[in-house]
Amino acid sequence: MGGPLEPLFDVEEMELSFGPQHPSTHGVLRVMLKLDGEKIMDAKPIIGYLHRGTEKLFETEPFPQCIPHTDRLDYVASATNNQGFVVTMEKLLGITIPPRAAYIRMILAELGRISSHLVWLATHAIDLGAITPFFYNFREREEILDLFEAYCGARLTLNTMRIGGVPFELPDGWVDRCSDFIDRFPAHVDEYEQLLTENRIWKRRTVGVGVISAEEAIEMGLTGPPLRGSGVKWDIRKVFPYDHYDEIDFEIPVGTNGDTYDRYLVRLQEMRQSARIVRQCLDKLPDGPVIAKVPKVLRAPEGMVYASVEAPKGELGYFIVTTPKGTKPYRCHVRPPSFINLQALPEMVQGLLVADLVAVIGTLDIVLGEIDR
Amino acid sequence: MTDEKNTPKPEDQGAAPKSQPEAKPPWLDKPVPPVHVDAMDDPDVTALAAAVEDAVLAADAFAGEVTITIDPAKLIDACRFLKQERGFKFLVDLTAVDWPEREEGRFDVVYWMHRFDDSRRIRVRIIVGEETSVPSVTGVWKTSNWMEREVYDMFGIVFDGHPNLERILLWEGFNGHPLRKDFPVEGIDTGAAVQPDVYPEGGGPLVEEEGGA
Repeated sequence: MGGPLEPLFDVEEMELSFGPQHPSTHGVLRVMLKLDGEKIMDAKPIIGYLHRGTEKLFETEPFPQCIPHTDRLDYVASATNNQGFVVTMEKLLGITIPPRAAYIRMILAELGRISSHLVWLATHAIDLGAITPFFYNFREREEILDLFEAYCGARLTLNTMRIGGVPFELPDGWVDRCSDFIDRFPAHVDEYEQLLTENRIWKRRTVGVGVISAEEAIEMGLTGPPLRGSGVKWDIRKVFPYDHYDEIDFEIPVGTNGDTYDRYLVRLQEMRQSARIVRQCLDKLPDGPVIAKVPKVLRAPEGMVYASVEAPKGELGYFIVTTPKGTKPYRCHVRPPSFINLQALPEMVQGLLVADLVAVIGTLDIVLGEIDR
Repeated sequence: MTDEKNTPKPEDQGAAPKSQPEAKPPWLDKPVPPVHVDAMDDPDVTALAAAVEDAVLAADAFAGEVTITIDPAKLIDACRFLKQERGFKFLVDLTAVDWPEREEGRFDVVYWMHRFDDSRRIRVRIIVGEETSVPSVTGVWKTSNWMEREVYDMFGIVFDGHPNLERILLWEGFNGHPLRKDFPVEGIDTGAAVQPDVYPEGGGPLVEEEGGA
């Protein structure tokens, strides 16, 4: 750890530009590698290819119109992005949302987490040469996207939360359909586990690869599965419960070794826990309105406020600064989990082989949409 | 905005008769925005004020979040004290805010840190002018490396002692700092007009040298 490694012999060092047009960089990440043979001596991530100035755009939009922009940060789990923004705005405006709205939000967010983890597992496995899980994962993901489509009409960029609640009542038959899916889902996770968990090739590619200790993970600011894989039991849903997560019974899965395999196990367990949360939410779903009575024009008090949610990738926070009676954010900063997690990449890959870099990029589960914003 | 207002109406009317005997549930009532409270007697603030002389300039609590404004010259001492003695081991977020008209200094740089023992978070804020540089906290929390690079990229605030202060999201040579309030939202011409020798007319940056970003 720390500083580039010194080569053993007097050899010519090779520089390799990995990406930005490489399928295993999951978007437009570019990593400048310094190689000794196939061994990585130093890696330098280069980002920004997807920078769209989202934080600048926030400053030009009235509060409710910022929500569609948040969809486009982590585009494989847009429900949690919406949730982060509206939770922060509700904290700033002092709005209490109706319980039914909170439960619908939790259902959407957890379905989003499952679908995000499915995309992660599919692409991570395909990067490491296991093609079959992809077909299983996308089969279930399709069902989740269909549920989203039935609820709000969109499949990816949902824009499905509002300051004060959610925009729509659940359509007829949606609860049964979701309930049917969520009861079947744990058996599907068993299927993925059968394909990978005890698979010798899978273990050879992941056990002991990209190890990061708990202390180092905290120092590097990791959150989400990369932090929990190192054995730190920490989840925003438990630490600072938002919506009604405090009424739900679920566990935080943690790993022990902090390697790629442990992070794989953590995410698989998280899918099971998310299914458990959705099950409980469907059972407890209260009656009542789905959105609070909010003023037509939202005027915020002056101040700075930060609130975060547990996104599939880690802690997603919004930092909003307002001016007196402001109708737009004066400044809205997003704390994207992928951005901070990616920072640990050079330390995690030093001394590994190029093929392992693909495994570590996969295990960090980055989305360039929120890294570059 | 309009559909938001329209959707709740049927439910509101449906729920209203039920809730009339008791007090209105909070989601039908007027929202109560948080207010600013003085937080000079907060235990972390008093400990910091006692340990690092003249560091604390003001402390304010808003929506349950304590913001401590400190003297930029004492930043490193204060951060080190908060991390080592008060247990704020985890730097959650670091960013800046631009106030071009303000007299005390143009930028706020804010540090948002977390303590695991009792899940407490506090915010440290410093006020700096356009010309002054800020001491880098990369020696205190490693994670601040990319965050400071982002602030440098977006606001042009220079961090002293940063190991690798380069632009992170935009390319080296970009003319301007987009999150400053005087930068136009519609963007600027980054092509031939700004640096004709580096960028060809109508094109983006050329990747001639490695590590351009």
